[in-house]
Amino acid sequence: MASTVTTPAGRARGTLRASLAEQRGSRGDLVFRAVLTIAAAAVPALLAVLLMELVRGSELAISRFGLRFITDSIWDPVAERFGAWPLLAGTLLSSLLALCIAVPLSLGVAIYLTEFAPRAVRQPVAFVIQLLAAIPSVVYGLWGIFVLIPLLRTTLFPLLRGALGFLPLFQGPIYGPSMLTAGIILAIMVMPYIISVSREVLLAVPGSQREAALGLGATRWEAVRTAILPYARSGLIGAVILGLGRALGETMAVTMVIGNRNDVSASLFAPGYTMAAAIANEFSEAVKDIHLSALAYVALLLFVVTVLVNAGARLLIWRVARGAGAGSGAL
Amino acid sequence: MRRIASNFMVGLMLGAVVVAVLPLVFILGDLLVKGAGSLSWSFFTRLPAPAGQSGGGVANAIVGTLIIVGVASLIGLPVGIGAGIFCAEYSGSRLAWLTRFVADVLNGVPSIVVGVFAWTWIVARQKHFSALAGSVALAMLMIPMVLRTTEEMIKLVPRSLREAALALGYPRWRTTLQIVVRTTLPGIVTGSLLAVARIAGETAPLLFTALGSQFFTTDVTQPMAALPLTVFTYATGPYEEWHRFAWGAALVLILVVLALSLLARLATRQRFDLNG
Repeated sequence: MASTVTTPAGRARGTLRASLAEQRGSRGDLVFRAVLTIAAAAVPALLAVLLMELVRGSELAISRFGLRFITDSIWDPVAERFGAWPLLAGTLLSSLLALCIAVPLSLGVAIYLTEFAPRAVRQPVAFVIQLLAAIPSVVYGLWGIFVLIPLLRTTLFPLLRGALGFLPLFQGPIYGPSMLTAGIILAIMVMPYIISVSREVLLAVPGSQREAALGLGATRWEAVRTAILPYARSGLIGAVILGLGRALGETMAVTMVIGNRNDVSASLFAPGYTMAAAIANEFSEAVKDIHLSALAYVALLLFVVTVLVNAGARLLIWRVARGAGAGSGAL
Repeated sequence: MRRIASNFMVGLMLGAVVVAVLPLVFILGDLLVKGAGSLSWSFFTRLPAPAGQSGGGVANAIVGTLIIVGVASLIGLPVGIGAGIFCAEYSGSRLAWLTRFVADVLNGVPSIVVGVFAWTWIVARQKHFSALAGSVALAMLMIPMVLRTTEEMIKLVPRSLREAALALGYPRWRTTLQIVVRTTLPGIVTGSLLAVARIAGETAPLLFTALGSQFFTTDVTQPMAALPLTVFTYATGPYEEWHRFAWGAALVLILVVLALSLLARLATRQRFDLNG
């Protein structure tokens, strides 16, 4: 068709078509692309501003305390001495507690929904669990204060102390607001996330895995245990870590039930504190620049921790979903 | 024996389902039982009574939430949808890759951290709390959610549809807007509504931006009341009356959030109907 074109015919036709299209709508296309580019570029720009502002806000505390901030355990606004260790420890402990409770339950639900549940049950149950994710954190907190805490104080906590009281974890007075209460509320809150991501991962396991195991005479549970779970393992770990990321940054519900005492205690019945809760409680009341700056430093630490955790989770999920071409499921 | 083990495990999993669904039943039930009692005409129309006194309402918080979330949507939706279209349309470009990656990072950032950011960025510079700073924080939480749903939705549009439009001589921008975006509009609306539902209940980013207020105001440069803040302040306060109000406000909040979520689902259902 084009004797003057020296490049291979296919590519030539492509460029020809592209240049024709450009000629026809070029101005509209340019404006359109420019507007979209601005919107797209705004997103990385926002993250850059966020980081800059966090660093600027915590400059004073960084220069005064440096990295010792992480290991120092005294938090005294009056003496202007700040160390985030109890906050960091409280954040990690409450999140790990939440995972200990949420992971077995979530994986059970996810496996049941993908492998065993009758078709008619799958969608409604998944929908109900998604509703749990829609409840605002502050409502969980309200429910925690007025329903969960009184319930736990009179039933589960005395029971635990009676049965497992020989462990330091379950000793000491029972107030109600405590590390364990926070762990339980957090577990309820992160379950929907872990369930929905694990479901996606399990759905991405090829049917042939399952059929091969069943064909060899495995029962349905054995097929899950020997063929499906090993295949999905790194994706499921990713789902759990994603839940961890959620738990680490959860603020309102934890602030309302953890008791807010800046102390690392061996007992799960004792009140604790987390990074997010400290920021929520103290930021609007802090008057000294160094106090505000220390809280911004805590926010910066929390940012770094959650970004690292989330990046790790995505990497693991991506490794499983890649092969099966599973989308990230917009809805 | 193996069959028994199998059935046993299935039983355990069924138990997990029950335990997972129970909290939802409890929470919704308690909200209805304890919240419905405090809902009354004055609850929706009056301002808060002075601390310790009975009566009053949360009218200012309801209006405040509408304004704060409305302004947040005005900022967040155009950016999120625009960036989402960019990522889908120019998916090979380096900027699309960067934007997608950053959106994933932002999605994992705790909302309280975004609140601190809005404080240092806006409140500290203006030297006073403002609803606008709260809206900016909420918009920031919204953008990554809207971006990803928009992108996923647009990617579902068959290539042939786009090619047909281009072959008819449509310029690229009209193809994208009138053919591609139009086909996916219900999906984009769904994503947007879900994002609005998510941020409507957010409390942490408002604590030191919008701050809350006892008064009625529509001025976004001033501190403003919001329902989630009302729930928090009243639930942690010392008065019985406040606790009753906290339950009422929480019930209103959850009804708004659930209504938005259901609306979002209806928007996509309609698309399936249209497609036959």
